[in-house]
Formats: sequence, C-alpha cells, structure tokens
Amino acid sequence: MPGAVLLGRIARTAAPFVLMAVAWQIASLFFPPYLFPSLVAVFWRCLEILTHWSQLVDVLATVSRILAGLAGAFVIGAAMALAMARSKAVDGFLSPILTFFQGIPALSWVVFAIIWFHGIEFRIFFIMVLTTLPAFTFQVLGALRAMPKDLVEMVMSFRPSRAKIFRVMVLPSILPEILTAWKVNLGNASRVVVVAELVGATGGVGYQLLQQQQIFDMAGALAWTLQLVFFVLIVQYVLTLIETVAFRYRAVSERSL
Amino acid sequence: MNAMDATLSTPANAAGPAEIRFENVTKTFGRMGGGDLFKAVDDLNLEIRPGELVAILGKTGCGKSTMFNMIAGLLEPSQGKVEVSGHNPFTEFNWFRGKIAIVFQNDRLLPWRTAIQNVELGLEMLEVPKAERHATAQRWLTQLGLGGHENDYPHALSGGMRQRVSIARAFATNAGILLCDEPFSALDEMTGNRLRAEFANLVRENGKTAVFITHSINEALQIGDRIVVLRRPAKIAYDVKLPRNADKAVQEEIRLKIQAVLSE
Ligand SMILES: Nc1ncnc2c1ncn2[C@@H]1O[C@H](COP(=O)(O)OP(=O)(O)O)[C@@H](O)[C@H]1O
Ligand SMILES: [Mg+2]
Repeated sequence: MPGAVLLGRIARTAAPFVLMAVAWQIASLFFPPYLFPSLVAVFWRCLEILTHWSQLVDVLATVSRILAGLAGAFVIGAAMALAMARSKAVDGFLSPILTFFQGIPALSWVVFAIIWFHGIEFRIFFIMVLTTLPAFTFQVLGALRAMPKDLVEMVMSFRPSRAKIFRVMVLPSILPEILTAWKVNLGNASRVVVVAELVGATGGVGYQLLQQQQIFDMAGALAWTLQLVFFVLIVQYVLTLIETVAFRYRAVSERSL
Repeated sequence: MNAMDATLSTPANAAGPAEIRFENVTKTFGRMGGGDLFKAVDDLNLEIRPGELVAILGKTGCGKSTMFNMIAGLLEPSQGKVEVSGHNPFTEFNWFRGKIAIVFQNDRLLPWRTAIQNVELGLEMLEVPKAERHATAQRWLTQLGLGGHENDYPHALSGGMRQRVSIARAFATNAGILLCDEPFSALDEMTGNRLRAEFANLVRENGKTAVFITHSINEALQIGDRIVVLRRPAKIAYDVKLPRNADKAVQEEIRLKIQAVLSE
C-alpha cells in the first residue's frame, strides 16, 4: 500500500476520536477537573492501570466475565436455535419466553441474582448469560432460517450424515451471522458487565468505577471506562480480521451501495 | 431383482427389472391460505430400465420438477409409489448414499468452496480418503475442460463453467443413476449445445441410467434414447423410443408427433 493511502486511511479512522478528544480538552479548560479532567491526567491514569498488576487484574477479571458470559450464552443460544429451527413446537414454546426475557432490564437480573444465588462469580455469569441469551438465540435462528433452500437440497441429495450436514452446509453458511452476533453482543455485554459487578464484586471495572464515584475522581472513572472500550475495540478488530480471511470467497462489487 | 417386482411389472415391460418406477403416483400441494389442493402429478405410471437415457419433455409448470424431486427423494408422493432400484427414495435416506447424482437447473455450487472442493463434496459424504477424492475431482474437472480453474471460487467462474463444475460434481461420485433437471436451459445456445453433446457422451460412456428433464423438443431429440412427453398435470401423453442413429426422416416424424401432442 502506498504511504499516502495508508496515512489517509489512518487519518480517517482517527478523525472522530481526535475530534471527541479535542472537544473534551477544550471543556476541561473551562470546567473544574472533577467535572472535566484534562486528558493528560486521564492518559496517566490509563497507563497506571495497565502497568500495575494490582489494577490490571481488575481489567482482566471483567474481561473474563464478559467472555465467559458470552461463551455461555452462545453455546446455550446456539443449541436452542438449532432445536427451534428443527421443530415448530420448540420454536412456539421458546420464542415467547425469549421475547419476554428481552424486555427484562439488566438491573432486574442483578436483583434476582442477588436474591437467588450466593457465589459472586456465579451471579455475574448468570446475569451475563441471561441478558445476552435472547439476542444470540434469535440471531443464530435467523441465520439457520436464511440458509438457501437450493443449496440445502443439493447437499441433502448426496444423503449426508447429520454430522456432515452440519460441517459442510450449516456451519459455513451461518458463520458470517455468528461473527456479526458476537460483535453486537460484545458491545451489549461490556455495558452490562459493570452493572452485573454491582452484585458485590470486590474487583473488576464495575467495582473500580464505584470507588471512583465515591471519591469524585472523574479522571479515574474515565480511565477505567476506557479500559473496557479498548477491550471491545480490540476484539472487534480481531473479529473483523477473521471475517476478511474467512469470507474471502465472497464476490466484491466494485460499486458500493 | 426379486419375484415380487416381476409380478408388478406390466407384460409389455417384463423384459427387465425397472430401475425407476412410478406406480399410480399423484402429488398434490396445499395452496397458500388453505382451500383446495393443487394437483401437480396425476396418477403417473412410468418405468425406466437400467442404462436408459430418458428425456422427460413437457411445458413449463406441467410437474416435471415435482416428478423429478420425487425420484430424488426430496418430495414424497401424496398417493401411489415411487421406487428406485427397488427402494423408497424418500424414506430410505441412507440406503441411497452414493447411488443417485443430480445436476440441477442452476449450478448450486457452495460459494465458500473452490471449484475442486465443490466437486469433492459427494466424495466426502462417501468418506473417500482425501488424496483419492482430490485426484478424482481433478480428473473430472480436467475432463470437463476446467483444468487451471481448480482453485477458483464460484463467483469468479462464468455460468457455463459453473454448470460444468456441477456436472463434474455429479459424475465424481460414480452413482449409477443420474438425474438432470433442465441443466442447460440457463446457458446461452452455443455453450448449451456444446455441453449437451459432451454430456450425452459422458452418460453413455459411463453406462448410467439417466433421467433428463427438458422443455425443449430439440434438446430431447438430441439427448434421449427415449422421450416421454408429459401433459399437465404430469401424466404420460406420449412415450417413444428413439432408434440409435435415427435418420433425419424418422426424427422429423417423431418431432411432428411430439408437437401435435404438446399442442393438444
Ligand atoms: N412446493 C409447492 N407448493 C405449491 N405448488 C407447487 C410447489 N411446487 C410446484 N408447485 C406447482 O406445481 C406445478 C408444477 O410445478 P413444477 O413441477 O415445478 O413444474 P415444471 O418443472 O414442469 O415447470 C406448478 O403449477 C407449480 O406452481
Ligand atoms: Mg422445473
């Protein structure tokens, strides 16, 4: 790639963030630091978190909770979606329940989890799974339903075993939607996790945010928030990389929409 | 085949066991929004012997694909019986593995697989070892003039090339029965003609029992050893064997007869 093109691309990606940063920095000139701290202070707090193991552990704890919750919801959701795609009865039974769950706020799950369960990690896992489960299930179900009937019939005409159908037809055809589902749910999960950590966690980003609130440390609150944002950005980037490699078979139109 | 099949055969067909048999087959579809049923195939009787290349000819919408899908085991008859090699293609799912190969009207290539991976598909279902299935797929791609395109994805191939890949995919499993549903109708005339000739040779060289669906009289005359003309809903209107290397006059006579039947 020629240098100028690369620079242009970096500039375009960075532009919105630079703009936000500049706006914040200008605000920090007019307001006291406990409302709008200077970004320099925020930067040093970020660095402090990342370089001190005692604080980094909190970030890693929260990241593991997000990933564990998503993995749990995905496994359960995919299994339910498969059952729903295969049987109308199962679909008719589970769909209304999942839709009902979708309307329950994350905070309500927090309350239920505190009342029902004891272990803190289990409470968090329970909340993470239940808040992301409906979306995962409906997304996988949609992908299964959207499998081209033509291609399915072609594959079935070779009379494959169940395992072969899954490996040859189902998996490759729903993979794009699964990656998209992960991207969407990752954002949701990172927003829910800090709420879930209110169940009494003594570590994690949510716990740290609460500490910063108690001492009115806005720079700290921002720095901890940014850890989660960075994590989401990094995982999104990895998923996008996987997409470009795994879906290179797709025809690309030279004219965009 | 067994004695029961012999008793079921009509005397005129008693010469050999049928490979594909329709016995009083009716297929109805429920219409959207309920109401009366729509009859696509009506009390069809048909026997196809091993090694025959039968062209099934009929106007569009007369139930050719419906009949085809019943042989392929993708649809179940509403009444009557469809038998292929003495078995039920709809219920005996596993028995038919590797025994029937299909060329569809559109190529139906898996977009996430390269040309050669698409050809290997049927061999994977048969658990053929990797090296062997790769070699077989390579041989069929070369035979169909696609050497050099093994690693192309379908979107990078032309319509004719894609249909060639799908023919290679059907032949690669070496199934005894080959079913084709208007495989060349979406291609331009020149490509279609060339592929038709190659295709008929391949079927005969490999001694397959083949059912070839078409709506074109020319195509039926060019490909079939036997032509079965259907009226709507699918029922036999005319059934004729084509003498091998029939001369122009005989062909013309059959053509006129088919035209008369089709315009009834
Ligand atoms: N799944 C279906 N549901 C309802 N009607 C169908 C279905 N499949 C085919 N038909 C109807 O049956 C008739 C025959 O269709 P088809 O076998 O595809 O015809 P052909 O292949 O000869 O053009 C058509 O009128 C079509 O509308
Ligand atoms: Mg048709």
